[in-house]
Amino acid sequence: MTLLEFARGPGLWASIIILVAGTLWRIAAIYRFKVKPDLSEPRGGSTVAGALNTIIARMLPRNEFGYTATLTSVNGYIYHIGLAIVVFLYLPHMFFIDRLTGLSWPVPPVWVFYAAVALTFVSMLIAIIYRITDPVRSMLSGFDDYFSWAVVFLPLLTGMAALGNPLPKSPVPETPLYPGPLTVHLLSVELLLIWLPFGKLAHTFLVFFSRGMTGAAFARRGART
Amino acid sequence: MSDLNEQHPLETDSPRFSVKKPATRYDKQGDMPDDERVNTALATFVRDFSRSTAAYMESCINCGHCAEACHFYVTTNDPKYTPIWKLEPFKQIWSREAGPFAWFFRALNLKPAVTARQLEEWQELIYDSCTMCGRCTMACPMGIDIATLVGLARHGMFQAGLVPHELWAVAERAQREGSPLGATPKVLKERVEWLVDEHEIEIALDREKADVLIALSSIEIMKYPQSIVSTAKILNRLGESWTLSSNGYEATNFGMLSGNTAWQRDLSLRIINAAVACGAKTVILPECGHAYGALRWQGANMYGKPLPFKVLHITEYLAEKLREGRLKLTKLERSVTYHDPCQISRRGGATAAPREVFKALGADLREMSSSGDMNWCCGGGGGVVTIHRADEMRHKVFELKMQQVEATGAQTMATSCSNCRQTFDDGQAHFQCDRKMESLLELVADHLAG
Repeated sequence: MTLLEFARGPGLWASIIILVAGTLWRIAAIYRFKVKPDLSEPRGGSTVAGALNTIIARMLPRNEFGYTATLTSVNGYIYHIGLAIVVFLYLPHMFFIDRLTGLSWPVPPVWVFYAAVALTFVSMLIAIIYRITDPVRSMLSGFDDYFSWAVVFLPLLTGMAALGNPLPKSPVPETPLYPGPLTVHLLSVELLLIWLPFGKLAHTFLVFFSRGMTGAAFARRGART
Repeated sequence: MSDLNEQHPLETDSPRFSVKKPATRYDKQGDMPDDERVNTALATFVRDFSRSTAAYMESCINCGHCAEACHFYVTTNDPKYTPIWKLEPFKQIWSREAGPFAWFFRALNLKPAVTARQLEEWQELIYDSCTMCGRCTMACPMGIDIATLVGLARHGMFQAGLVPHELWAVAERAQREGSPLGATPKVLKERVEWLVDEHEIEIALDREKADVLIALSSIEIMKYPQSIVSTAKILNRLGESWTLSSNGYEATNFGMLSGNTAWQRDLSLRIINAAVACGAKTVILPECGHAYGALRWQGANMYGKPLPFKVLHITEYLAEKLREGRLKLTKLERSVTYHDPCQISRRGGATAAPREVFKALGADLREMSSSGDMNWCCGGGGGVVTIHRADEMRHKVFELKMQQVEATGAQTMATSCSNCRQTFDDGQAHFQCDRKMESLLELVADHLAG
């Protein structure tokens, strides 16, 4: 078995199993605690609607919180949206997901992907520079913050090295022109999948729980979230 | 020379050499050994973990957005006042004792155990420099309710005997005498008798049966008694069957602010039992922010069952009567800006009520740049106003508030919290300003039509 075959086969499946198991473990760590019942008379309004509203509303920027927050917010939007484009709207990635799930969708012209890669690359560099140099962020940061950043940045970097391969014509795996860069790229993606549930990258799913719980509690009080 | 420098370290970066600020004083109650303090705090923190706490502890991404929302950070630029940093020991304990990988963190000591020294230093962060105003909660992209977590962290600190001593003493006095400021039932009775004589008004005290029980803040009883007169004037005008009760009149809850849940429960039960005893259908809370949180949102949980009466803040009550058409007001001829008490507006959900009242007053209401649910706290909430060593920073924070007020150009400023009012009065005196914070309740009482 070549390293590419490993990365496309057992390596990939092992990382997906770890991703799913780690995610479930992390969620179970929350749900093993009891909910403290709130006996106060609610003001009215649905707690479910409050939870959903907060999940969505917190995606939108608020201008009450100053320049620094705005700067980090804008940069945050760039690399989050950029990463979404890179992951889901690039033909080889869509074929990759198609192979795993059977789901496919139309993708935009490849220049959209290239633009997203460039923006995300710069934006992620800004994010790490800001984290290191800003007194608040550097004080808050630890191993998880820097390692998680590296684990996200690495597939971006290795993916750029793998761009020399021609675009595939179908979801069926082909023998790449340059197998080395593609193998490294796949392995870096698998590292990302393995790490995701264990560090701060878990916010990809935890965000729904923390926002939702605050949203429900505040909706009960009739307060804005 | 080097010894001398160690004793009096110089601030070499400042334009003039000056001796660095002396270390903050850390207060301790009781004579527990350090280990026992740490273990007690730790056990209490762990006991407080619930599903929402767990979700919050797991979710922080260390983005630091909360810093920009905190008046203590914004006015000092000191990173240690970043709200989520104020919970760092709490996060450490979560990771080591209750998190999904606690065994791993403990085995490899990836998160160090919390020390007594750390808890002492923490005292300043969760008491002196946090009013639990919750503005940070609004800024957090993960929706973490940081203010609630600070409230929980205070439970452990109280049990470990690590509360700023003035706040501890105020809470202890409230528990012992029924009032944090010495407004005992005897003082209340004398005060009511004096107000009845002075203002020739009927103030009901200890009626056996009443539909409405009025709770007061000690600050009103001792410093702003006009509020009691205003309340009586409005309720008498409305023909309400109401009373004060010397068995349960104190709405402030320093048990809650200091972190002693047993005292919090006891103080809440005094009002609840008094209301039940007189058959009240409604308890009206005074112009006090945290009193609203304590009884409206936590009272039933302290009681252990739903409250058999409705709880309203006085502004909610006024807005309700205005909506019903039972209360008519004359026009307020001055422009006014309104300071939202955090626990009533942002944390309490009653942001609209005072604005309905201002509308009925026909007031030229000039909102501050960041108002309503996003207001800046006055800096005195959460028990901070009681902590004298925090005065310097509180005054710094207050400057932010005054800049906001001045920017509105309003002739008058008003609020509906006597603690905010007291903080404003103190700030005005400190900066030698002559603006006076007014009470919305008193404005209404002064503008009753007919």
